[in-house]
Amino acid sequence: MTQLSFTRRVVVGIVAAAAMAAPAAAEVDFSGKTIEWVIPFSETGGSAKWANFFAPLLSEELPGNPTVVVKFMPGAGSTKGANWFQQQQHKDGTLLFGSSGSTQFPYLLGDPRVRYEYGDWIPVMATGTGGVAYLNAEDGAKFDGSANGLKDTDFIFGSQGATGLDLVPLLAWQMLGMNVEPVFGIKGRGDGRLMFERGEATIDYQTSSGYLGGSADLVAAGSAVPMMSWGALDDNGVIVRDPTFPDMPSFKEVCEATEGCETSGVAWDAWKAFFISGYPSQKIAFLPQGTPQDVVDTYVAAFEAVRSRPDFAELSANEVGKYPMFVGAGAANATKEATTVSPEAREQVVSWLKDAYGVSLE
Amino acid sequence: MEILATALPALGEAWGLILQPIVLGYLALGVVMGLAVGVFPGLGGIAGLSLLLPFMFGMDPILGLALMIGMVAVVPTSDTFASVLMGIPGSSASQATVLDGFPMAKKGEASRALSAAFSASLFGGLVGATFLTLFILVARPLVLAFGLPEMLMMTILGLSMVAVLAGRFALKGLAAAGLGLMIGTIGIADAGGSLRMTTYDIPYLTDGLQLVIVGLGVFAVPEIVSLLRQDRSIAQGASLGAGWMDGVRDWFANIFLSIRCSIIGVIVGVIPGLGGSVVDWIAYGHTVQTTKDKTNFGKGEVRGVIGPESSNNAKEGGGLVPTLLFGIPGSGSMAIFIGAVALLGSGDIEVGPGMLKDNLDITYSIVWLLALANVLGTVLCIAASGGIARLTTIRFTYLAPFLFMLISFAAFQSGQNFEDLLALFAIGLIGIFLRRFDWSRPAFLIGFVLSNPVEKFTNQAFQIASFRFRKSFEEGIDYIFSPIVIVLIIITVVSVVLGLRQAKLIMAEGDVQSGGKRAPLIFLLVIMGYLTVALINASLIPNYNMTDKIVPLVVGGLSMACCLVLLVQMIRRPEGDAIFADKEVAGEDADAPYGLWQTLAWFAGLIAATALVGFILALLGFLIAFLRVRAGASWPKTLVLTACGIAFMCFMAGMLNRDFPPGLLQSLVDLPWPLT
Repeated sequence: MTQLSFTRRVVVGIVAAAAMAAPAAAEVDFSGKTIEWVIPFSETGGSAKWANFFAPLLSEELPGNPTVVVKFMPGAGSTKGANWFQQQQHKDGTLLFGSSGSTQFPYLLGDPRVRYEYGDWIPVMATGTGGVAYLNAEDGAKFDGSANGLKDTDFIFGSQGATGLDLVPLLAWQMLGMNVEPVFGIKGRGDGRLMFERGEATIDYQTSSGYLGGSADLVAAGSAVPMMSWGALDDNGVIVRDPTFPDMPSFKEVCEATEGCETSGVAWDAWKAFFISGYPSQKIAFLPQGTPQDVVDTYVAAFEAVRSRPDFAELSANEVGKYPMFVGAGAANATKEATTVSPEAREQVVSWLKDAYGVSLE
Repeated sequence: MEILATALPALGEAWGLILQPIVLGYLALGVVMGLAVGVFPGLGGIAGLSLLLPFMFGMDPILGLALMIGMVAVVPTSDTFASVLMGIPGSSASQATVLDGFPMAKKGEASRALSAAFSASLFGGLVGATFLTLFILVARPLVLAFGLPEMLMMTILGLSMVAVLAGRFALKGLAAAGLGLMIGTIGIADAGGSLRMTTYDIPYLTDGLQLVIVGLGVFAVPEIVSLLRQDRSIAQGASLGAGWMDGVRDWFANIFLSIRCSIIGVIVGVIPGLGGSVVDWIAYGHTVQTTKDKTNFGKGEVRGVIGPESSNNAKEGGGLVPTLLFGIPGSGSMAIFIGAVALLGSGDIEVGPGMLKDNLDITYSIVWLLALANVLGTVLCIAASGGIARLTTIRFTYLAPFLFMLISFAAFQSGQNFEDLLALFAIGLIGIFLRRFDWSRPAFLIGFVLSNPVEKFTNQAFQIASFRFRKSFEEGIDYIFSPIVIVLIIITVVSVVLGLRQAKLIMAEGDVQSGGKRAPLIFLLVIMGYLTVALINASLIPNYNMTDKIVPLVVGGLSMACCLVLLVQMIRRPEGDAIFADKEVAGEDADAPYGLWQTLAWFAGLIAATALVGFILALLGFLIAFLRVRAGASWPKTLVLTACGIAFMCFMAGMLNRDFPPGLLQSLVDLPWPLT
């Protein structure tokens, strides 16, 4: 065993002892129980990684130290698992559900497969991420903080599909007046980056961890030029620069500098709603409907304890980065932001999807 | 030289890390767990790894890696048991092994086939690791040279193996492959999201059919049903002929084939998003083409086992290249692996482009841990193979209910829907008739496996090519006809020409007698009926979603053309012509004491009972009824075997934290696990 893991054990031990000493929420006890954390995706996706990261931490903080296992229920673009969760009622507090942007978007867009209602579920924790768009070196030279010089260039973008998280960049580029042609059908952003590296795609974006783990090297080597981050939300719900990329303009700044791009109005509201749902509140943990308040409080306290671990920032660097982890009321607020869109904004996106990509959601 | 200067010290450090007793202990633990989990066809690696995930958190990196790699490495080895002994393709890595491995088991040469396969696996893994040690340093430009046109050509090369495996009637093989391709397009299209042969009212079909289910349905179900009807042991006469030393000798006699196939495995495995599904077919095709006497393929030719098995472990090594260099998982288990590595230690090892620069020692440790795990796993497998091969001498009626149990559970795990069982049954029926009328089942499966890549790469390459052509004609031509593409085209053409010439000699279904016109004709008409519906369905997709309709239309049209020519031939040729091949006319199936439908009814009964009372209760009734009625076992024997079967099922599912298919009963009453 290394020195490091030894220290960690000591820290964990102290935290656990502290948790046991605290009488809060003493009535709920999960001793000997197994908590199932259901993820509506396969073992291989980002949500699996997310839940597997939090599961052992949660287990340490819940009273009675129950085993937390992650269960996978993939299918129908995560709507199968979410529809299943909608049918569940509170039993003994041993069921947790993890939703992601790919679950939120079909809900926002009115996908016919959606038979679930976010309003019924009880959010206890939410985490987010950011995203960065970048260009190839040749076209990047034409970028001056605005997209004015990019309007006559044709771009190719490797995309997983217009109705997923790629909706946010595609809509952003469209608002900037850029001509980006998506090549659909890739699996995962890593494949998109590979397509960019091969020179087949000329524009790409990555979530923050994907950017830092792979694309930043391309930028350092001079074969890619960062364009903008999507930004982050401040406490008042205003989009500001992403704290992970303080030197990079946000989409809002680029939009303001670009002719014909408006940071108000229906198009902007639509973009913002989907941005919030896909990035700052991307992954949310829910308890089923009917869960009594003491159980909810127990979970909130446990996630709160996870968040305030002294080594949490270090542990979570790969998972949540510098983005806030919301717990309790914060998570409820994040969920509301992530699952609410005005009818006009929805209409705008649905008709844009139909006109630009022939996507019909009936 | 510069390369060696960086590689050698890192390689030394890697071995320093690996050769600690505790690391080897964890590796061995992983291997043993992997072998135990690997019993389940189509599940192994992913289930095992997700089982380990909770323990990875903060674990010493090298120990965690040893544990995980030990587990992943042995899955392509241990699934050979199922494919050779039972004809069940455990994963895409062992599909081609079934073709000759299972006939060998039927001849009573199971342990020879197994040990030849394991020796080849072991050797392939080592060749792969050696090759990879140097290659990984220079692999980056090669991976980047593989653009969409290259991948499309590679897929087409894989598809061209249909020519080798088409059987006596090339047209039938082509039509079977076409049908496989069409069935692969069922679901929501990747590109434009159009629905094909499905509606949102049947959510199950929108995801398309899983490879595990199609593999089990096409290969396992027909063989299980056929053997059960004949009421005998897998090994004819219940005797075991050649022993395990013969297999090792066979492998050694074909060592050059083994080397070539290993190299094929590594190189094809390196290409992200493609390797796994085609590599063993390419290796099998290569094996056939380089064998002088081709008459034994499909009937138990040991070279047919050695070729694909040499390539499939080497492929695992090759698959590390995209995983480690680009952070792009080559397979499902690699995706979990990437996630798990981030949990190890202080979480500072991130799989991806930085791996070679910052963690070359870890990279090499992974490569050689994989090789070591292979050695360890293979030795254990060879040691066990003699004993396990004895399974083939048991009267099949005692084996069959447990095989139905296993394949149902495996199928359910692929999507955790009750519909998985229905899909298994439906594809099983297709498999039974493909087998009966001598339509190439491998061709069907190759079509299915490559359906998605063919469509995806065609659309994407077309889109990017037209983008380049808009810039300038030369740029477009340069893009499409790169040197790699031209080389692949030449290989493909040569292999198709040779393949077609040789295909008539290779009878994957053995020698099938011909009979009357009626049954083969009806089967052809049913296929044409499906193709017609699928074609109409595809033509209804609006034109702005051309990407979603073009491939089904073209492939469906071509398959339809093949079927029409076959139809004309069937009408004109006399009864008894080879085109009317029918296993029910003469041979094992025709002489079987039990009929097809009454045998299939047992399987249907298990599924129907599951729909009512859930899997475990249904299984309880099924095992008791089957053993008592069909096998004629005594009550004590019946009860003991049933208890063993159910206990095994519950134990494995409990360990892997898996559920069973629920039925109507479970939706009414809450029952405790495992009855849920």
